[in-house]
Order: sequence, then structure tokens, then C-alpha cells
Amino acid sequence: MSEKNSPNIWLIWLALMLALSVYFTFLLIEGEDKSVFMPGELTGGHHQIGIACDACHGESFSDKDEMQDKCVECHGEQRQKPFDSHPRSKFTDPRNADRLKNIDATYCVSCHVEHKPDLADKTGVTQAKDFCVHCHQEIAEDRPSHKGMEFDTCASAGCHNYHNNRALYTDFLVKHMDEPDVLEKPAVVEKEFASVLEEIMTYPHASYPVKALTHKDIDAPANIQVKMDKAISHDWKSTAHAKSGANCTSCHMQAIDGTNKPEWTNTPDHTACETCHDVEVKHFKQGKHGMRLQQNLSAMTPADARLPMKPEAYKKKLDCNSCHQPHRYNLQTAAVDSCLECHNDKHSLAYKDSSHFELWNKELNGELPNGSGVSCATCHMPRVSVDVNDWLRRTVVQHNQNATLTPNEKMIRPVCLNCHGLGFSIDSLADEKLVNNNFNGKPSVHVESIDLAKQDNIRHLKRIQDD
Amino acid sequence: MKLSKLIYSAGAVLTFSTLSTTVLAAGDTVPVKAMADALHLVMDSDRSVYTRKIVNRLVKKEKVIKASEHFEDDKALVLPAQMFRFGAELVQKRAKKLPDVNFTYSLQSLWPINKQNAPKTKAEKEGLKFVADNKGQNYYTEETLGGQKYFTAVYADTGVAPVCVSCHNKHKDTPKDDFKIGDVMGGVVIRIPVGM
Repeated sequence: MSEKNSPNIWLIWLALMLALSVYFTFLLIEGEDKSVFMPGELTGGHHQIGIACDACHGESFSDKDEMQDKCVECHGEQRQKPFDSHPRSKFTDPRNADRLKNIDATYCVSCHVEHKPDLADKTGVTQAKDFCVHCHQEIAEDRPSHKGMEFDTCASAGCHNYHNNRALYTDFLVKHMDEPDVLEKPAVVEKEFASVLEEIMTYPHASYPVKALTHKDIDAPANIQVKMDKAISHDWKSTAHAKSGANCTSCHMQAIDGTNKPEWTNTPDHTACETCHDVEVKHFKQGKHGMRLQQNLSAMTPADARLPMKPEAYKKKLDCNSCHQPHRYNLQTAAVDSCLECHNDKHSLAYKDSSHFELWNKELNGELPNGSGVSCATCHMPRVSVDVNDWLRRTVVQHNQNATLTPNEKMIRPVCLNCHGLGFSIDSLADEKLVNNNFNGKPSVHVESIDLAKQDNIRHLKRIQDD
Repeated sequence: MKLSKLIYSAGAVLTFSTLSTTVLAAGDTVPVKAMADALHLVMDSDRSVYTRKIVNRLVKKEKVIKASEHFEDDKALVLPAQMFRFGAELVQKRAKKLPDVNFTYSLQSLWPINKQNAPKTKAEKEGLKFVADNKGQNYYTEETLGGQKYFTAVYADTGVAPVCVSCHNKHKDTPKDDFKIGDVMGGVVIRIPVGM
């Protein structure tokens, strides 16, 4: 019996194998979700785009230089001086050939290996913690204060960051060593967009001249205006959009599917915002909220996040309109309420009990001047000075939430130092308990970096005096 | 990389022809040593102009701005040494797109403020010592790094302005604080890949 049925079993097996081969080949070539081929889980920085292998691997899949280019496409802006104290250019001189044998610092993947979750720390580093030893083994000679320290402690919270060391280098520590916990005139950076609009060459001045618009100016097609909810035009009229000439068609007329013919759409996406807010959208797509859009994937949803999110928000799609309510574009809502609609971690839940929120409330109630309050966005999407091209620097809201996080010392200069002293800021960010309770209280840990810089500075001043 | 790629046609680098006592014809080549000397002459002249006409004039004579190693934070001019290094980094980046152009250069010292600029290879160590001990002479050699052979030239970098000397002597990380004007304070190392 079994011998009689054998050919059939083999035929079924063969058909099954063929079907599977066709399925996997199709998936590999045409499928959007290729995660079935993934050799290991991705880190928190890349898991959102894990289904798009070519986002990191490129077309060749394994060419090291192509993969490096892919890293630079998303991370390159932050990997240059002054934001990076170890840019690639530091290592490309042939005199570093011997050093590169230890760690090839000209490639990101030498220290950030993906698909190896057991090796990566929370910043995605997969090198042994004492990697600094390869180039700085004689540091104790230059900095006597560092004598006896182990190399696996260099990157401990508050001491050194391999990339962004802007708030932690010795001269900066010395310059800010005597600052109080709270500065005399704490205030966040002011808005600038309206005042520089004329200078922004990419702004569509010709189509939408900067002038205040009223109800009479509404330029939506007649068939849309008939159906338009009055609340929409009312909301729009209260915005900076109406005050600066951004009419209905500015956002709602979009070229669909790559055509050059704009058509009316009821649901404009981030590409509409990009017309005037290109820097903001570019940054948004570099961060965790928008990185899927950068790879032409469907928008991120809170359900995809690894941080705790509110279940009722799981299905929300993250684009510009998720945080900036369409037509209303209330910046206060976008700065707090929109965040708390989704985020459900300890730090977020503790915000409304914090002194930062108290200041924010007082500012909103008019009890304190503008710039006194601290919202979620004040720290996580701060206003920063950005070189928008080689020739122009502007103040923009940094919509890449990761630009000031992981490691959190990246937040010190663009955020904390607007209101707090350097020592207080370093200690606070190193205190995990304080981070979790949203900085409700004073830091209970102390990072020694300023003390050590002070010691070295005293030694230096004494030497100059003796000379 | 073939030697032929290391030498430029005279037509493409007219500047070099002025260095030679013989006028080169189109299609002639420039020896690798002459190429290194020519590169150094350009680098050294630009460096001197920046130090004298920009930094020293604005900082010391007209006293309108500072020069600082933390030029971004201090809103100041970049130091001459940084200007030189930024140029070297840009050259490396741009040369990647020019297959016939391949050289690197760096500013180093036996007494570096930043220890990463201390000589590392045997040629660098010997070269920097040679130019410091033999004023007015350059050092030329060949070395192999990472499997590639290089023609390596070392040129003295001399403290020409008071501001160079005083800044180095006072810097908190300097290993030498008694430089005088005219002292060799370091050297420019130029590398050109040769042979294969």
C-alpha cells in the first residue's frame, strides 16, 4: 500500500516545494513585508522599517559601501562636526590603517551590528564597552584626573559620548562649571518662522503671497465649499496659515501618484506640508515617528511601538496631522495633548505632576511670559538652530525626536541649558529615577565630569602662573 | 594604483610647470617628489595667507574677533591648524570622485596639543625629527600602510607669528611651552600612493 502511494506523496511534496519557492521568491522581490527572511530581531532604532530590507541593505544587499551610504542617508546630518566628535573623515587618512584593524571606524556597522539584539546596548552599540582604549590608551598622561579609571567607564552616563560630545568636552565643562541649578533668566528659544519667511527661497511666495486672508478669500472649489463644515473655515481663520496667505488649495491641491497635475484631495499628506515646511518634514522622517514614511511604507502606528502606548491610540496613523490637528494647527495641543494621547510610559504619565507642567500651565494661563513653560515638545522637539543649507541657518522645531535622545546627553545643549546649569543637567539626565518621574525633584546621583575638569583646569592655571 | 595615475599631465597642472626649470610639454609627466613639493607649496602659501591676512590681522591688529579651537561655540575664527585640517578632510572627500587624483596630507607634531596628531608611523616619526633637526630641509621616503605603498614627504611647519607660539605655549594640553618664533613646531606629511 505504502509503496503504491509513494509517487503521489513525492508529487505532493514537489508541488508544495514549488509553491513555497514561488511564494518566497515573490515575497523577496515584490513583497512589502520581508521580515520572514530576517536573521534576528532589529534594535529599537530600526524595527519600524524592518520589513523594508533594502532601506539599509540597498539593492546589492551586502555591499559594505552601499550599506554605509544607506546609514548616511538617514543619519549623516548628525554625523558631522560639530555634532560628531568622531566623524568618518577623522579615520580615512592612511596613517590610521593600523587602528582600523582593531575597529574600522569608517563604517557604522563596525560598532552598530544589527539583527544581534543580545549584543546591542540601549544605544545600539555592539562593541565592547572599553573600545576607547584603542586610540586613547595614554589619556591619563594628559588628564591626570583620569588616572586609574577603567576604559569601560568612559561612556558612562554624563562622561563621554563617542559621537555627540558637545556638552561634555573639557573646555565646555569648565566654561559652565559654576552655573546654578536654574539660570537667572530661564526661557526657551523663540519662534522664528514668520520673521524669516521672506528669506526662504523654497517657500512658494509666488503662488501664496504672504498676506492675511479672510473668509472671502477661501479658494476651495465651489463643490467643496458647498459641503464645507463651518467649523473648518472658522478653525482655519484662527491659524497662522490664514494670517500668512496659506489658502485651502495650498494644502489640498496635490499632485497625485507622481503626476504633475495637482488635484483636490480631502486628505492631504505630509508632502503637502513639505511645500512650506520642508526642513520640519525632513526631520520628522528621520525620527521614529516618521521614518516609515521616509521608506515609502505606511505610516507608523502606536501599535508598532516598543514603548508603552495607550491601547485606544494603537490604530492612529502618524503623519503631520496626527499631532497638528488639521485646520486648527494649535501648537499648544501639538506640544502636549497630542503626545499624551499615545504615550503611556512612566515618564509621560508623570508629566502632569511635574514642575515643568506647572510652568507650562502658568504660561498658557498668562501668569508667566511666553517661553517660560516646558511642554513635552520643549524637550523632545525643541526649537534649534539648524543649517538648512550651506549658506543659511534658521531656528526650526526639531521634529526628529531622536535628535535629543539616546543617549540623553544629546538633550543638554539644545534643551536643558536654556533654563538649567550644566552640572544640574548632567546629573539630572543620569538619574534614571528622576527621568522616570519626569524630573519631579532634584538629582540623587552626581557625575564627576565637571569636578575632574575643574581639577585639570586648576592644574593648568597653576602651571601658567608658575611659568 | 599605477604610477601613471599618480602623475599629472602638464597641461592639467600648469602650476607645476613653473616649478621646473624645464618647460614641460603636453603629455609630459611630473615626478612624484615634484608633485609633493608643489602640493606643499600651495598648502603652505594658503596657510600663511590665512594666518597673516585673516587671523593675525583681525585678532591681533584690528582686534575685532577671536580665533578659537571651539570656533562654533565661541563664534570665532577657526585656528590656522584647523583650517588646514578641514582642507585636508575636504580634499580626501572630493578626491574620492577623481580616480586620477590620490593623495592625503596632515599636520602633525612631536609636541602635539591633540595627541592624535602625534607621529604614528616610522616614516612620520623619523620625518618629523629630521625636519626639526635639519632646518630648511625636507624628508622623503617610502612606506607601506594597510598593504599600500606610499611616497611620503615631510615638511617643517614653523612658528611664524607670535600668536602661533604664544597660543601653543599656553594651551592646557601642550607638552612643550617654550616655543620661540622661528622654531619648527611640527610638520606637514604628504602621502601619495605609488606602485601596486
